[in-house]
Amino acid sequence: MAEPILRIENLRVEYRSKDLGQRTKVAVRDLNLSVYPGEVVGFLGPNGAGKTTTMNVLLGFLPPTAGDAFLFGVSVRRPIARQRIGYLPELTYYYKFLTAEELLRFYGKIFRIPARQLAQRIDWVLNLVELEPVRRRLIKTYSKGMQQRVGLAQALINDPDLLILDEPTSGLDPIGRMKVRHIIQQLKRQGKTVFFSSHELGEVETVCDRVAILQAGELKAEGRVTDLVQQHQCANLEQVFLKIIGYHEPSDQLTGMAVAQAA
Amino acid sequence: MNPAISSLVWPWRRRPEQPAGLHLLTALNNIHAVGGVVIRELYRRKDFYVLFVLTALITLVMGSVNFFNEDRIVRYLKELCLFLIWVSGLVIAVTTAARQIPAEREHRTLFPLLAKPVTRAQVLLGKFWGCWLATGLALVVFYVFFGVVSGLRERQLPLDSYWQALTLHWFMLGVVCALALLGSLVFAAPSSTNTITLVVVTGILLLGRHLNKVALSLPEPWQTVVYGLYFVIPHLELFDVRDLVVHNWGAIPWGIWLAALGYATVYAALLLGAACWLFRRKTLN
Repeated sequence: MAEPILRIENLRVEYRSKDLGQRTKVAVRDLNLSVYPGEVVGFLGPNGAGKTTTMNVLLGFLPPTAGDAFLFGVSVRRPIARQRIGYLPELTYYYKFLTAEELLRFYGKIFRIPARQLAQRIDWVLNLVELEPVRRRLIKTYSKGMQQRVGLAQALINDPDLLILDEPTSGLDPIGRMKVRHIIQQLKRQGKTVFFSSHELGEVETVCDRVAILQAGELKAEGRVTDLVQQHQCANLEQVFLKIIGYHEPSDQLTGMAVAQAA
Repeated sequence: MNPAISSLVWPWRRRPEQPAGLHLLTALNNIHAVGGVVIRELYRRKDFYVLFVLTALITLVMGSVNFFNEDRIVRYLKELCLFLIWVSGLVIAVTTAARQIPAEREHRTLFPLLAKPVTRAQVLLGKFWGCWLATGLALVVFYVFFGVVSGLRERQLPLDSYWQALTLHWFMLGVVCALALLGSLVFAAPSSTNTITLVVVTGILLLGRHLNKVALSLPEPWQTVVYGLYFVIPHLELFDVRDLVVHNWGAIPWGIWLAALGYATVYAALLLGAACWLFRRKTLN
């Protein structure tokens, strides 16, 4: 088997709790996860499960309390590890006083892409995200969907081998979601590795080769979508997800309470 | 070299080995790229234009009036113009530098930036470079205007004095930018950083040179504290050579000019070092 592009080893992240009487809170608990070249891996979990914290560690924003994570075999503590990755944050905001073209040129300069190749790359990514006609407009005039696509464009400017996307379709309308999904599928066909978190389980089912489900900082399940569906005897990924995190529908809970009261 | 790292370096050319000095070159490239965005922001915002138009208007109105047929009135015109340039320069430097990091955090633009192969220190130094360069460009515009106005009235242009005044002013604003950046990491809101930096800088400019005398009149332990403060603070008033320019007293010796630039560089470096240390320890979320 090929070497993993992304490797998380016994990762633990603790932070000072704001709750009274509690000193520390564990955001991620001894997480082990590997992502291999060409895979599209969905990183799932309810809000507060530790997905964004894990991504923050992978991107060097947050130091791990214990354990380590590696990108292309290099510890994420070293900035060079981020040379071949692209990252799209959950809430996308970019310099509003720049145009899409200027923004991409700025990020391209950080990767030291030679001017001619950078110009070609900017053309290519703007075509991919369908922003070519508005490339010279200030970002502050863009709609939310367009800003999200600028985000995707900046994540792709260095032709990354690994894309880390934090809820790429969050807050988008159905057309925006479809466009982003289409781009991810196109990247998958190009052999790119994608690691992304999402709450859109239908979308994850369509796009992902593998999923990892996190709850309260712990990895609860990991594997191919079809295998998990079979293993948990469910109809789809959403049911698997709800079963794994132990969620019961409110109607079931109410029925259960009514039965208990009657008894 | 770690083979995993060598495969990451120069993805566009995939060089097998990292060339010597690449780290420094990469750092300079990143600093310059971040600085470029700051300059672009300055000229797309209206602050600079407003200050320049105000300075130009006040100076031109004052310059067009001939009080009491007095030729020496041009000195007052120069004094006023330089005062406005000093105030405008200070406002541009402080407001530009103070909002950089808080705005990056508030708008979350820091995250996609730090997800690139760039360190926090490089981002901070890039911000400083951009702010300093932007204030330098603004100063050039202001001083060229000043030169034209005073040259037309006095029919002489002591370029060496003007050059020294401009460079000393620029280096002094470098210290101010570094101070504002450090302040922006200590205080969360840019408005507090603006106010505190302006108060501190104005305090140093007005009182800095008198602190040693004040210390002598104080009882212990305040005498030691104030005396210590006198030696610790950057003496920004040393960079104020407006009187030399206003009264045409000629340029200062170039050795002293160079020493003053060195003094500003050391203070800016110390303040930036402290800011980098703080920024590295900051939790980003």
